[in-house]
Parts: sequence; C-alpha cells; structure tokens
Amino acid sequence: MGLTVAFWALAVVAVLSALGVVLLRNVFRAALSLILCFLTVAGIYVTLSADFLAAIQILVYVGAISVLIILAIMMTRDVHRGSPANRLQIPALVVAVLFLEVLVLAVINTPWQISNTPALTPTTAPLAIKLFGEGGFILPVEIAAVLLLSAIVGAIVLAREK
Amino acid sequence: MAIIDFVINSRVPMQALPPDWPGGFWWHWLFFTVVIIGFVLTMVMGFIYIERRGMGYMQSRLGPNRTGPFGLLQPVADALKVLLKENIVPTTADKLVHWLAPIVAFAPALMIFAVIPFQDKALLADLNIGILYIVAISSVSTVGVFMAGWGSSSKYSLLGAMRNVAAVVSYEIPLVLAVVGVVMIAGSMSLNQIVLAQNIPFILLQPLGCLLFFVAGCAEINRSPFDLMEADSEIVAGFHTEYSGMKFAMFYLVEYAEALAISAIITTLFLGGWRGPLLPPILWFVLKVVIVFFVMVWTRTTLPRVRIDQLMALAWKFLLPLALINLVITAIQVLIWPTALPWILVPVNFAIMVVLILIWSKFFKLGLGRIEV
Repeated sequence: MGLTVAFWALAVVAVLSALGVVLLRNVFRAALSLILCFLTVAGIYVTLSADFLAAIQILVYVGAISVLIILAIMMTRDVHRGSPANRLQIPALVVAVLFLEVLVLAVINTPWQISNTPALTPTTAPLAIKLFGEGGFILPVEIAAVLLLSAIVGAIVLAREK
Repeated sequence: MAIIDFVINSRVPMQALPPDWPGGFWWHWLFFTVVIIGFVLTMVMGFIYIERRGMGYMQSRLGPNRTGPFGLLQPVADALKVLLKENIVPTTADKLVHWLAPIVAFAPALMIFAVIPFQDKALLADLNIGILYIVAISSVSTVGVFMAGWGSSSKYSLLGAMRNVAAVVSYEIPLVLAVVGVVMIAGSMSLNQIVLAQNIPFILLQPLGCLLFFVAGCAEINRSPFDLMEADSEIVAGFHTEYSGMKFAMFYLVEYAEALAISAIITTLFLGGWRGPLLPPILWFVLKVVIVFFVMVWTRTTLPRVRIDQLMALAWKFLLPLALINLVITAIQVLIWPTALPWILVPVNFAIMVVLILIWSKFFKLGLGRIEV
C-alpha cells in the first residue's frame, strides 16, 4: 500500500518534471526540472530496495552532472530569453519521434522478468562482489572510465586557445 | 522537552535500545524528526554564541555581551531582528527560483541528521549506506546555492555561486576519499556500525584522514579560511547578497546547520560518536560536536582567507594526492590485520601523517612561491 502510493507519487512527479525539461522556455528552470526528475528517479530506486543505486544516482546525476549543466548555463550569455531560435526544429522533431518509437518498441517487445527472490540487504557487498569478484565487471568499468577521461582531454585540447 | 526526555531515557550509558524504540514506525519517525529539528535549532543558537564570543576573545575584544547574562540571549535577539526585517526581492529576479533557493539549501542540511546516531540505535534511520547517503544528500545543497545565485540576477550573487561550485566540486573528492578509509576499517557504511566499531577512536588510526576531512569539510561549507565565496571585500556577500529578512535567516541557518553537520560527521566517523565513559551518550556526543566546532572557530580566527588559485591548488595538489596515499596505506593495513587494527599502528600512522605533510609542503608553496593558475 505505502509502496504503491510512493511509486505513483514519484512517477507522476518524474513524468511532469521530465515534461518541464522539454517544455520550459527558461533554460535554467529546465535544468532545475531535470534535477527534480533525477531525484524522483532516485526515489523510485529506493522503492525497489536499490538503496546504493539511489544514493549513487543522487551523487552522480544531481551532485555532478546537473551542477555541470547549470555551470554551463551560467557561462552562456543571453539565456534569459530562452533557447535561441534556429532552423533545426523539424529535423529535431523527426529524430525525436524516431527515437521515441525505438524506445517504445524496445519496452513493449522486451520480455521483462520479475524476480521472486527477496531483495538483498545490504546491497553494497553484492555489488562489490559483482565488481571486484571472480569474473567481475572491473575491466569494462575501467575501460569506460578511460574513455571518459580521453574525451575530457580531447575536449580540453580542442577548446584550448593557441 | 523531547530532548530532556531523551537525556533521561539515555541515563544508562552504552545500553542498546530496542530496535523499534520508542514504539511503532510512525512514532519513531515523529519523535526523531522533532528531536532532530530541536537539536539543530538549539545547537545552531549555541554555535552562533560560541562563534561570536569565542572569536571576540581570540581577537582581544569582548563580543556581544549585553543581551541577557554573558550575552547568552544574543542569538535570540538576532533571530527576532532578522524575522521582523522587510523581505526584499529584486525586480529583475526570477521570483520562483529566488523563493525556493533557501528551502532547497536548507532541506539537505537537515536531512543529514537522519542517519547520525545520538546513541546506540537512537537515530531516525539506520541506513546501511549511511555515509554514502550523507555524501549524496549534501551535494544537493549546491543546487540551492546555484538557485540563489541565479535567481537574484545580480552579478555578485552569480560570482559567489560560481566560486562556490568550483570549491565544492574540487573538495568533494578528498572529502569522500577520506571517508573511504574509515569505511574500510569499520567494514560498514552504517554510521551506527561505524561508531560501534570504534574501540579505538578512528582519529588515532586515521589521523591523516581526519585532517583531510576537516580541511575539505571546512571548504565544502565555505567556512573561513575558505570563505571567498562570500568574501565581503570582493563580492559583497556572495550568493545571498540579494536576500533579506526570513530568507536571509534561512541561509544563515544553513551555514551553521552545515557546520553542525560537519562537526557531527567528524564526531561520528573519527571521534567515536556517542561513546565515552561515565557521562550519558548524548552528552558525549554534544561535547565532541562542540569541541570540533571550536576547532573550526579557532582556524577561522587564525588563518587569513585564501585566494581562488590557492583554493584550487590546495585541493588538487595537496589534499587529493594525500587522500589517495592515505587510502592505499589504509587498504594495506586492513589487508594485513583484517579483524581489528592493533594499537601499534597509532604512532605509525601519526608518523606517516607528519612525514607526508612535511614532504608535500616542500613540493609546492602557497602565497610565497609562484602563483599557480
């Protein structure tokens, strides 16, 4: 009962704030709406007994990524007037509709499996075993980290003044 | 009254409470919510008094001593004054964001106390990711600062907010790395378990970690000497320049609630939390929190404000390498003694700390040397 109420409250706020990200003309308010969306997604993780994931969601998405987005907005001029008009609206619509179709088809056609085993508590140790244990995922994670690092270095090299 | 009941209930030290004390889930929730709000407001008042009087004595002046005995009622008078002041919102401000910012900044500062144990099992929620929860939640208050800086549409507010985020992003890394050492020794992220694991207070086993956490924590909450986000001589008052009345009071409250939170976290992680002989646990907890805060006041009065390049250099060239080295050393020690670290490591770790700090202070200079950008 409590879980259902929590889920629906979080889900409604998540969808509304996600719509706000797209529809708000003020870029800064859109970014704040995105933060609210991230927070509610973290809340949904909590209702699924994934507490570690929820904390990481807040730490990474709210604490780091959103802050970078806001910092980028603050560095940009003339954002008070909303996003500047350009002629890419129709191509953007086409791409967005295609992407939505792919997502909807993927969600509908996937046979979602619901596990009957009770949720693990605490989740930290099983996650660590998945990461560092026998046949763990440490190598892919490290490769992703190196990829991100090289992207950052590349961006700095491109953006640096000669 | 809740706090008084609490002290009476905790008369016998170290006694484990029943898991659902005091009663059902909602009663537990209500009781601890009231206790936390009361605790934070009372302690903030106390902190303001300690800070103003303590700074007064350290700077060879009296400090506020007119309101009530020894000036004890000064925080009350300040609170009344600030509540009665006019609330001014700039005409160009983004009204909604301007109005929401103090709330977004204040809620995380209060939420941190949900996982801090006042006594064995006496906490709102004994999350098994306790310390990670604190790190995650405290990163949300940056958003509040941003909203204040942006919503005011004033260049000083914006500059203050930008400086704030530069500091917070840099100092979060050594802060978290310092915590990881404690988590490895305790073998748990639950703050209650961490306190129970401290047969030796972790400040003795992790002196370098404690120092790093203290420095990074002071920088995170913009306390002097890292208060250049609100440096009055440069950018008026930083992100809360355009706030007045009740909303300014909220930011003032956030500042001290965050100082209280950092003191409480240091107490819990490094000083053994509520553990101590003779006195009831809640008193030990409050005593240790006040001592940590006193050290913060002490550093504030002793050290001059740093420049922005010094702030960045300290985070990336000093705290980050030392935090990584501390992590590796702690990992090796935990591998060798998996169950409990022996007392012999206490002098060893202190020696390591002194040697490392001496070596690193030779590597780069702040102020006298070349200016690093």
